[in-house]
Amino acid sequence: MSAISIKDVWKEYGDQIVLENVSIDIASRAFVALVGPSGCGKTTFLRMLLGQERPTRGTILLDGEPLPAEPGPDRGVVFQRYSVFPHLTVLGNVLLGKELRAARLSARLFGAARRQAVEEARSMIASVGLSGSEDKYPAQLSGGMQQRLALAQALVMRPKVLLLDEPFGALDPGIRAEIHVLMKRLWHDAPMTVVMVTHDMREAFTLATRVVAFERPRDRPEEKLRYGASITKDITIWPPRKAGEASLIRPDRDGPVPSQGH
Amino acid sequence: MRWINARPSNGARLALTLAPFALVLIAYAMGSAARLADNANDKLLPGFAGFAEAINRLAFVADPRTGDYILWADTLASLLRLSAGLGISTLIALIIGLLIGMLPYVRSLLAPFVAAVSMVPPLALLPILFIVMGLGEASKVTLIVIGVAPIMIRDLALKALELPREQIIKAETLGGNSWQIGLRVVLPQVLPRLLTCLRLQLGPAWLFLIAAEAISSDSGLGYRIFLVRRYLAMDVIFPYVLWITLLAVLTDYLLDRVRVAVFPWSDLEKQA
Repeated sequence: MSAISIKDVWKEYGDQIVLENVSIDIASRAFVALVGPSGCGKTTFLRMLLGQERPTRGTILLDGEPLPAEPGPDRGVVFQRYSVFPHLTVLGNVLLGKELRAARLSARLFGAARRQAVEEARSMIASVGLSGSEDKYPAQLSGGMQQRLALAQALVMRPKVLLLDEPFGALDPGIRAEIHVLMKRLWHDAPMTVVMVTHDMREAFTLATRVVAFERPRDRPEEKLRYGASITKDITIWPPRKAGEASLIRPDRDGPVPSQGH
Repeated sequence: MRWINARPSNGARLALTLAPFALVLIAYAMGSAARLADNANDKLLPGFAGFAEAINRLAFVADPRTGDYILWADTLASLLRLSAGLGISTLIALIIGLLIGMLPYVRSLLAPFVAAVSMVPPLALLPILFIVMGLGEASKVTLIVIGVAPIMIRDLALKALELPREQIIKAETLGGNSWQIGLRVVLPQVLPRLLTCLRLQLGPAWLFLIAAEAISSDSGLGYRIFLVRRYLAMDVIFPYVLWITLLAVLTDYLLDRVRVAVFPWSDLEKQA
């Protein structure tokens, strides 16, 4: 289970109030899309869920426990850029999480443990459609393939929560549509809650179970500093989408996607 | 066509590359010939035959007094000092540079100090080194370290700081602790920069080496140049300077090859 509960959260940088009074409960296995104009604090909100930033006031609970102050293996992340390590091959990138977790000192695996981890990494790589590219470096991959790799790298850790910061914003529409299909399948298959920041309304409504809009209620120039953004719309997609279940009305669009290749 | 778009063909590129070298050689040959025509015993610009004779004497004939082949003995002595100095600098720079780049506490503690130390003119410290450490090898190696290490530390710390914050966060979400992130994420990405940094520091390292050897030594390339200066032995000095340059250029080239061979991704990143 991986429910997130956010209560009365404020975020201020010095005098600048970025977010005010944000409260939202995110159910386990939900897919929440955060939308809103630039500079309205969506990414700040995501960073607080990640543990990269701390709320100035308020509490964030993950499964009833306060969120740790640092990023950790229970929350995976994919950024728009720089999500993968340029000095590791595709296989090395996916393997890294396993190695970091298993070998505290050397951060490397050897022998049977390594073979097993490699096998698991390979099947993860196959499930995001990167089979055959295991020995390539990220610089040799296209933007879409790099984001697939970033997804595989995050998901091999089996995080409770997957945080996506405009992950597909830099991809062209055809590639984006393909990766949407993949994203849907991963969400149906893996037991995780997804929170995604996006600028693309179509993407938000295609993927999410719930679309949440952040906006500044007061946005006149003289008000900008002292009034932050808050949640102004909270739309549950209808007909409801449920992780792992086919939708009654549009099974082709909203149901689990039949997985190819494994 | 605009000049910014005009590119030389392969042949033209080779010719352009060689032209300045050839021009210097021709200019020297003409100057030398003119001076030798005036005075056959001129020492300032000896002819190429004079060079060949001097090189043969230094490199292929054992010194009658010591039995050494002077050029090779000098080269060995200098290269040992240089590699000791650069090796120690590299080790210090790698450890301190990474710590400054990764840990905010160490950055607060050491970054301003290293920045201040790197502004001390190393040659001004040479007398102190000679007084404190004596005239032996230690003071020469130390001079190279003092001259080179602070700049390498700053460069590597900058490189470590330059890594996108996203990568560090990502490594944290993969369960890495500070040590592991240093070992598997920061260190491997800093190493190619270390090799490049080492290449850029070759020039200063040779400068400090020759300065130290000139003042106090009984062997070494710098020592020899300053020794024969007393006899205006340009036929020795010129080949020695060329030899030092050649050694530096070769090291520079080899270090870059090593970078490409060991860290193939660092070249891919550049092209991307």
